[in-house]
Amino acid sequence: MDRFLQQVADGIVNGSIYALVALALVLIHRTTGLVNFAQGELAMLSTYVAWSLLDSGASMPVAVAVTLAASFAGGALIERVLIRPVESSSPLAIVMITIGLFISVNSLAAWIWTPIGRPLRPLFGFGGDVFELPAGVRLNGQELTIVAILLVVAGALYVFFRLTRIGLLMRAASSNPTSSRLAGVNVGRLLMLGWGLAATMGALAGILVAPKLTLSPSLMLIVLIYGFAAATLGGFDSPLGAVVGGIAVGLAESLAATYVAFVGSDLKLAVAFALILVVLLVRPAGLFGSRTVHRA
Amino acid sequence: MRRLDGALVAAVVVGALLLAAPFYYAPYRVEQIASALVLAIIVLGLGILTGFSGQISLGHSAFVGIGAYIAAILVEDHGWPYVATIPVAGAVCLGAGIVVGLPALRLRGLHLALVTLAFAAVFPAMLRRFNGLTHGNRGIRLDDAVAPGWTGLADDQWVYMVVLVTAAALFLFARNVIRSRVGRSMIAVRDDEIAAQAAGINVARVRTLAFGLSALFAGVAGALETLLVGAVAPSSFGVLPSIGYVVGLVIGGVGSLVGALIGGFAIHFLPRWAADINVQLSGVVYGGLLIALTYIAPDGIVGLGRRARRLLSSPTNQGDNKS
Repeated sequence: MDRFLQQVADGIVNGSIYALVALALVLIHRTTGLVNFAQGELAMLSTYVAWSLLDSGASMPVAVAVTLAASFAGGALIERVLIRPVESSSPLAIVMITIGLFISVNSLAAWIWTPIGRPLRPLFGFGGDVFELPAGVRLNGQELTIVAILLVVAGALYVFFRLTRIGLLMRAASSNPTSSRLAGVNVGRLLMLGWGLAATMGALAGILVAPKLTLSPSLMLIVLIYGFAAATLGGFDSPLGAVVGGIAVGLAESLAATYVAFVGSDLKLAVAFALILVVLLVRPAGLFGSRTVHRA
Repeated sequence: MRRLDGALVAAVVVGALLLAAPFYYAPYRVEQIASALVLAIIVLGLGILTGFSGQISLGHSAFVGIGAYIAAILVEDHGWPYVATIPVAGAVCLGAGIVVGLPALRLRGLHLALVTLAFAAVFPAMLRRFNGLTHGNRGIRLDDAVAPGWTGLADDQWVYMVVLVTAAALFLFARNVIRSRVGRSMIAVRDDEIAAQAAGINVARVRTLAFGLSALFAGVAGALETLLVGAVAPSSFGVLPSIGYVVGLVIGGVGSLVGALIGGFAIHFLPRWAADINVQLSGVVYGGLLIALTYIAPDGIVGLGRRARRLLSSPTNQGDNKS
């Protein structure tokens, strides 16, 4: 029983990372109807930036704050400079651009920081301390922080989209850009905001997950696939779905690796892949996604 | 009619040059041309998928890997001759493509890219997991292929000829598929899904078939790669090679036979030139090319050529160009 609960706890921790990545994917999908394949690589780049700042002597809060701000600016800039000019052409063109970003950011990081992975110390002083939770579950400070940050981010997004003017404008702009434009909404600026927020969330996920794994240019590729699975399961246009989907994928991964001998630690990623296939087959809109009806 | 003849002449000239290459160039150069041809086969398959269904695959390295492993296992563990493994690799990949593509291809949008990216990421792990079959992380090392005596060819020339003949057959096959009933329904689906549906075309089936065919091409290319390289290992089949194939597609131009050939040669030689400066440069070049071409030349080099020709010819001569 203790082992089971421990696996559940580990699943929730990993799931929180996947949820953050899925939230970033969902944010962009909601506003543009697209999947940003470079989301993970941009997060990896942000993570390198954060650790370079730390290495050069910046304190942790400063390094994180500067990285998040830079990621926001970077995301908004990518939307404005790279995506906007092809916005109205085929979705394929935009996918090509995000794939182009994916591979150039990946190689650029390997060029600057070498492809060799580097283990990191925990982000916080208490990150390595192990906390004893009820029922014999143990998590360290870093892991508890991850879950806490996911909850804070999810709550903040909820408030943002429900209660703030700009959040409501963003929803309007994504559900009907043409009418929003006619009503005087600056859709372009909101799209930049959406990409900026997504990049910030990706950066957060990268910075949090890096000490658990090792920092390398391939840091986020696997995490991105889990994020895809989470977003697919939850529904690509539902932030709530991203959070639930993320946790569910984390749990499925952790439990399958422990209790299904065939899966083991080698085929954990295959769980995510199978999940994507099954969801698309059975319920393509995901658990919380809205089903789109096409006029035929 | 004049145009068709032109294409025929070009095909014959290119074919003759490729046929003469192994008797003219040094073995290492011959091997390079052969692997460019293998890449051209993969790009051609991707072109069928993207050009005729509007979908994109980021997981073709996995199908290449399946083909490569089938060839390696059959040759090494079951004593098959190299050449006999090629159709098996193609057939298995056709099936695998249909299974992987089925869930995504029923849906609108670019779900296939997502599914295939995940497939490419999982594939090396699966190879390591089924180590009884695949020899795990070490991969499989094979003896070099030996030319049959009746050919009178050197071993490397024989390998090249197998690659060239297979590539030629597949290019011909692709050309005929495009002109067949299946090809016409693919074009109909691409141009207007609703109208195609109304005309009685099963859209999902056509798309799945396009994906299956492109996987078949990748599988055959994989078997050829095994023949060419003489070794397989899990690390060669990840996400990055898949993206390389997409770059080849975009460079050459989607849905063009000549473009596939150009794309194959480009993604063989570009990374080698780039690596002289820095190993990581090729990825940066790939990414930059993808982004730049999307803006400047959405139809690739072939599209640029077409546009130039249209500018040169009289303004009334602006009919649609088929290639």
